Amino acid sequence: MSFLSYLINGISLGSIYAIIALGYTMVYGIARMLNFAHGDIIMVGGFAIFTIVSTMGLPPLLGILVAVAVCTVLGVTIERVAYRPLRGASSLAVLITAIGVSYLLQNVALLIFGSNARQFTSVVTLPNLKLADGALTISSVTIVTIVSCILIMIGLTSFINKTKMGQAMLAVSEDNGAATLMGIDVNRTIAITFAIGSALAAVAGALLCSTYPSLTPYTGSMPGIKAFVAAVFGGIGSIPGALIGGVLLGVIENLSKAYISSQLSDAIVFSVLILVLLIRPTGILGRKINEKV
Amino acid sequence: MAILEVKDLEVFYGVIQAIKGISFEVNPGEIIALIGANGAGKTTTLQTITGLIPSKAGHIVYDGKDITKMPGHKLVSMGMAHVPEGRRVFAQLTVLQNLKLGAYTRKDKTEIEETLKVIYNRFPRLEERKNQMAGTLSGGEQQMLAMGRALMSHPKLIVMDEPSMGLSPIYVNEIFDIIQKINGDGTTVLLVEQNAKKALSIAHRAYVLETGRIVLSGDAGELMNDDSVKKAYLSE
Repeated sequence: MSFLSYLINGISLGSIYAIIALGYTMVYGIARMLNFAHGDIIMVGGFAIFTIVSTMGLPPLLGILVAVAVCTVLGVTIERVAYRPLRGASSLAVLITAIGVSYLLQNVALLIFGSNARQFTSVVTLPNLKLADGALTISSVTIVTIVSCILIMIGLTSFINKTKMGQAMLAVSEDNGAATLMGIDVNRTIAITFAIGSALAAVAGALLCSTYPSLTPYTGSMPGIKAFVAAVFGGIGSIPGALIGGVLLGVIENLSKAYISSQLSDAIVFSVLILVLLIRPTGILGRKINEKV
Repeated sequence: MAILEVKDLEVFYGVIQAIKGISFEVNPGEIIALIGANGAGKTTTLQTITGLIPSKAGHIVYDGKDITKMPGHKLVSMGMAHVPEGRRVFAQLTVLQNLKLGAYTRKDKTEIEETLKVIYNRFPRLEERKNQMAGTLSGGEQQMLAMGRALMSHPKLIVMDEPSMGLSPIYVNEIFDIIQKINGDGTTVLLVEQNAKKALSIAHRAYVLETGRIVLSGDAGELMNDDSVKKAYLSE
């Protein structure tokens, strides 16, 4: 029974990684850049909810909506101010800028909220699920997290396959010059990708802080890196890859914590990544980059 | 009045001047060929017109509007389509997805379906392969897809960059036939080609580019009989 419980919790943690990984993978697929500030957007979302719910005493749902709005605006602003001027610059310059933005967000949060950990009130207020006469308890946050992840995956996949904007994203990710010739505004498409990724980061922030109810300016950092690992693991640029990579990572992490060592779990997670990349450099679902003729 | 007018255009790659002040015009209903050797600046000229490369000096006037500084994506809804060099179809999307992206700027759903039918009529192979990934098509089929995709925007002016490049002789003839038919339907064509003989055989007028300058221009038939053109480009 405890194995099952570890497994379900692992899937739940992995679902959070997957939602964050979507932001990494979509931005990488479309703008060909690694947005290392993505993890810190999660933290901003967490503080937005904390402010609305704990400080102002308003309902959690409103908190999530405000967090989504704040993160969306923040993501689009960061893209506009920090990344767009560097379009066409070397990828190293963009990467360093992204790391700079990450530190900026952490330090602004440090200035406003201080370094003390805040007690985060869960946004999920449903009762826990008890199965097998109480031998297996699944917390409501776990269930909500997994369900949210599934809904987001379904929603995003149909958005990309069914809408014009989604098709434009696919076109830009393959060849932004040819996409321009179709009349697609590449800059706008990239901005919308950042908006979607950041909105998802806000949701991930709500779920993450509800699962691990402690909030500091560095809260987003480690999950951000792990979600990046998940995105690479699944094949960066691939949406189903983000799901598979995220869930696998969450399960491996949780099972290592339970059965091997809670201190070594991160080391194990990253070792698995290195192994996967040695065998499949493009990740599990990664496509080979086609040579342009 | 010319549908496209290029005046004293200058384009630089860094410090290297690729286009050294060229002027030419395209009148409605014409097929205009830009011919010249590798590196003469043909592709650069087209990419500057369609907004992929910025110009340093000069003007480009399309349909009475100055489009010199206009971002490339806005030109499509003004009726200009570009079939790029190397075709650049979206290899990982299906033929149908590619064609629909060609109609990205259009909103009239039923008319888009009609255009699709017209294009399937012109390129029956595209209909046969509509659910196939574009990357799995042969070179000639990809060229047809690139042309069909451009036609989906219902352009007034279609700009084609080396449509015969890398194709087998059978496809080359077919592609030039199609260009003539597209023009016959009332679409103005600006064509860049290394295959000067073929280009001149279908064009109304032509301009000869040499290292960023126009060195010769005139009626395509006359240019075909011009000694210097014969020697340099028609390998006679």
